[in-house]
Amino acid sequence: MTTLEARRARVNALPLVGHQVRYEMRAYLRNTRARIFTVAVPVVLLVLLVLLFGKNGSASAGGQKLKIGEYYVPHIAAMAIVGSALVNLLISVVAKRESGSLKRRRATPVPAWVLIAADAVTSIVSGLVVVAILVAIGSLGYGVHLSWPVIGVTLVVCIIGSAAFCCLAYALSTIVGSADSAGPMTQFATLPVYFISGIYIPDNVLPRWVLDVAGVLPVRPLAVALQAAFVPATNHGARFAVVPVLVVLAWGVAGLVIAVMRFSWAPRRS
Amino acid sequence: MTEPALAGGAPAVQAAAGTRQDVVTVRGLRMKYGNYEAVRGIDLDVARGEILAFLGPNGAGKTTTVEILEGFRKRTGGEVQVLGADPAHAGPDWRARVGVVLQESAPEALLTVSECLSMYAGYYPRPLPVARALDLVGLTGKAGSRCDRLSGGQLRRLDMALALIGDPELIFLDEPTTGFDPSARRAAWDVIAGLRDLGKTIFLTTHYMEEAETLADRIVIIAAGRIVASGTPETIGGRATDASTITFRIPEDLTVADLPALPAPVTANSHGAAEIVHEDPVQVLQPLTTWALQRGYPLGDLSVHRPTLEEIYLRLTKESS
Repeated sequence: MTTLEARRARVNALPLVGHQVRYEMRAYLRNTRARIFTVAVPVVLLVLLVLLFGKNGSASAGGQKLKIGEYYVPHIAAMAIVGSALVNLLISVVAKRESGSLKRRRATPVPAWVLIAADAVTSIVSGLVVVAILVAIGSLGYGVHLSWPVIGVTLVVCIIGSAAFCCLAYALSTIVGSADSAGPMTQFATLPVYFISGIYIPDNVLPRWVLDVAGVLPVRPLAVALQAAFVPATNHGARFAVVPVLVVLAWGVAGLVIAVMRFSWAPRRS
Repeated sequence: MTEPALAGGAPAVQAAAGTRQDVVTVRGLRMKYGNYEAVRGIDLDVARGEILAFLGPNGAGKTTTVEILEGFRKRTGGEVQVLGADPAHAGPDWRARVGVVLQESAPEALLTVSECLSMYAGYYPRPLPVARALDLVGLTGKAGSRCDRLSGGQLRRLDMALALIGDPELIFLDEPTTGFDPSARRAAWDVIAGLRDLGKTIFLTTHYMEEAETLADRIVIIAAGRIVASGTPETIGGRATDASTITFRIPEDLTVADLPALPAPVTANSHGAAEIVHEDPVQVLQPLTTWALQRGYPLGDLSVHRPTLEEIYLRLTKESS
């Protein structure tokens, strides 16, 4: 194949990503488990946490005092991104691998990157939809201030975060043996990280060293970057939090490397 | 194999492919897992438009061979050409010409049958219309059903439709009717026979001898990593020339000593009937029936049993394990 033909094949494959996303999206929308975990859980948690701490209560992040809604909207949004891009994608990839569906697709001419890109796009889109719902609730109910810079930076951070967690999902799929264990395993792995990352319990309640530990894991930097998008004062006045975003990206790259080295299309038997 | 072993020259392989219109050409294929050699130098040819049944016990190297031909596994030795390309390095253009039905069917649980087929159709340059693929496998009535609500047999038929949707030249069917009830199996056979009529080449693996006998133009048997026999269903393993067993009941009040002179010894089988084993049953039947006819004896339960494919298969695979 000449370079030109190769390039043409790639260009023709782009609409194929759209084709695949349509079907992935349709399957996602029919998946009750996915809808509960990726949409219902974050929304319920946001409403519940604001209710428990009181709508007029406060929390602080980066030494900055915030309305309770201003704190929880970006933090639960971070959790929603992890839920869509990591938890849901991981479970779906492992389930498809174990059922033989991935191998089945590999027996067709569809390029591998098209399938992976379609999975990632589906996860990113579903994550963005949940974040939009959370932000809308925050704006309408909890006095979260919205502006174009807030929306723009939030969008960029969400896309970068989703992509990074998609890579981590593919990396983790290489160590998860069965679809049944994928759910409990990711819950077990993510729940403590959410707790130490200030997702459920505000930063000002957590000991400094706990936040430092969480700062090198991927969840807290995403939450910090999203918090900065809404209230730059929590990040020394910068709306785009460069260092936390770089930490998230580094995790994504590490995940990508592991995924490329170890990803398997066939079920783990024999 | 009937072909003499070639001395491993690539030009010779190509020449053979050219003259016989072979879709699959395998020479000296080997596959090692660590120290264990699962496939020990096999030769194999599949001609265009042919249904080849590839038989062998579990662990004989059957699945490994098929996976190498499908491009899912990298071999450790030998030459393999499938549709003119090495499956280990074949690209999307090659994949578009090959249909695969895997052992376990795995469609998209949350999509409907026709959505699933439309999704796969999008992967191919010249797909069949979805309705045509559904019609070929007899699943038209289930087009709107979700895949997770199909029965086992319907799932297998959907899998078959997925293998056909790209309008492939060569189709790998890995145990396509395992777990089917007899009527579903016959329906599947009709589908497969229909594919032959469309000019498709089919590489079939199965554990059902009747399936191989009904569908296959040629049968190849693998055991312990080697090809132990190949031929038509009628002649494989010397089946056409193997001894037949003639069984009958000796008329009451008579003994073996009263029988006419026969070309082979008479023995008693486990049911107390007389049994004669001979390559040419006519030479036994002629004196035996003439004798019975002249004296007015009935020959109860008279039968001539030719070896079944299953018996041949069991003998060949037992010998080599």
